[in-house]
Amino acid sequence: MRGAVYSRQIMDKIFFSLVCFFSCLSVLPLILILGYLLVKGLSALNWRFFVRLPQPLGEAGGGIANALGGSLLLLGTAFALAVPLGLLVGIYLSENRKSRLAGYARLSVEILQGIPSIVIGMVIYSWLVLPLKSFSALAGGAALGLMMLPVIVRAAEETLKLIPSALKEASLALGVPYYRTILRVITPAGLSGIVTGILLALARVAGETAPLLFTAFGNPFWSFHLGRPVESLPHLIFYYATSPYEEWHRLAWGASFVLVAGVLFLNVSAKLLTRRWRVQF
Amino acid sequence: MLWSLQSRENIFQRALYGSAFLVVAILILFFLTLLFKSFSAVWSNGWGFFTGVVWDPLAGVYGAFPLLLGTLLTSALSLLLSLPFALSIALFLGEFFRKGLFSAALRSSIELLAGIPSVVYGFWALFILVPLIRRLEILLGVVPLGVGVLAAVLVLAIMIIPYAAALSAEVIKLVPQDIREAAYSLGATRYEVIRRVIMPYARSGFFAGILLALGRALGETMAVTMVIGNATKMPSSLFDTGNTMASLIANELAEATDPLYVASLTQVGLLLFGVSALISLAGKYIVRKYSVEI
Repeated sequence: MRGAVYSRQIMDKIFFSLVCFFSCLSVLPLILILGYLLVKGLSALNWRFFVRLPQPLGEAGGGIANALGGSLLLLGTAFALAVPLGLLVGIYLSENRKSRLAGYARLSVEILQGIPSIVIGMVIYSWLVLPLKSFSALAGGAALGLMMLPVIVRAAEETLKLIPSALKEASLALGVPYYRTILRVITPAGLSGIVTGILLALARVAGETAPLLFTAFGNPFWSFHLGRPVESLPHLIFYYATSPYEEWHRLAWGASFVLVAGVLFLNVSAKLLTRRWRVQF
Repeated sequence: MLWSLQSRENIFQRALYGSAFLVVAILILFFLTLLFKSFSAVWSNGWGFFTGVVWDPLAGVYGAFPLLLGTLLTSALSLLLSLPFALSIALFLGEFFRKGLFSAALRSSIELLAGIPSVVYGFWALFILVPLIRRLEILLGVVPLGVGVLAAVLVLAIMIIPYAAALSAEVIKLVPQDIREAAYSLGATRYEVIRRVIMPYARSGFFAGILLALGRALGETMAVTMVIGNATKMPSSLFDTGNTMASLIANELAEATDPLYVASLTQVGLLLFGVSALISLAGKYIVRKYSVEI
């Protein structure tokens, strides 16, 4: 009898140690990745790294300015395409919860979220690259925008759903038209949640490479033309990392450091936003 | 006043309706594009697409079985490998240490891990993981390639841990406190409470988390393509090179010129789309079906 109790307690101890062991072990890759990024990435950084174009092979002192600019252009395009549409869909879904179209739209958003990014790149390739006969920043932005869309819709719907209907009823009772109630009362009340969603969506696509392979393609020079191929940070990392040259590897480590820092910054600011700037009801 | 109030109301309503309609239309168009672009390949490859083991664009033979196997193998193995870690993290965050320094540290590091871009994972794996595997291969006496299925499995496992863990931890937290306490009051140890009470209760959430991780593993492109070796053949062992569906598209679409070649690649994309859509639907079904009981 006593032995049975002991063995159960020992089992309990073993299980607890296993859980702690596996949990701690799973932090190891993170430490390794961040460690290498810090060591190898930081040493590649200097001011030339941020302001100069990649130099021809063999010449030292190249930078990644074109990729930084290109990434900003792509994210800006994606933002412009995805945010208005995502917001409208989110508002529709929170206002018409039961309608048949809302059901289909919700399902589409869910499926869209699960589509592998490479397939999105493939379809945008045949929508925008083949007809226009050129890889372009527009196509890259559209691919990223399509990946941002589900996150924004979800965030907008979830936030707006939580806003008490009393707020809406009060506004309508004062004679404010419906569209103004939604745009001036309901949406601002949920703004922190929506902005958080947008930041998370940007963080999600900022590091995406696969959809850019056949859309934005890459470009060793400056370009701010929407209809031309453009370089981006993740694509530059991929291209340089798989090259055989030591100097390019160094640039890729630096670029990885910058990219991870950027994504991290977006994630952290999204988190702070939800904590600090929340409208309470 | 450019427009009357009524027409502004109308425009707003229409914009809302139209945007919801547009999202549905985008998805349908997406599917139709893949379907039409791959139609000629579906017609000409026939069942050979699923059973053929030779993918040779020069000869015009498109058998995708090695790719299907590669995708299935890497996702299944990485999922298996990540399960103990994901479950431990979920229990750590959801049951053992709900608050405090430990859980905050672990939670932030998991979130960090989820935020690292896949190309950075691939880069890191190529320069850190692959040399390690090469050393292991020399020890074992196999051809020291370094790149291969094992490298892909390891990096995928690291990448999907946060996805399965985060959802499972949330589900474990949702288990009502009173049934936990009831079990403790009967004299159950913590391990027994977890195994007999929490696990059965949170099962649907675990499945949803695992499905999410699986969907991510199936579609992951960059990290895999950088370390798997990109050889479209049947991998003979874990250390051999291979290829996956997503990685094949990434490597070959930009260079494909032959219409049948492009169509065959699109067929691979269609298959990926179908599988990921099924996984999304299954996840939704599981959550809806089992969350009603809770």
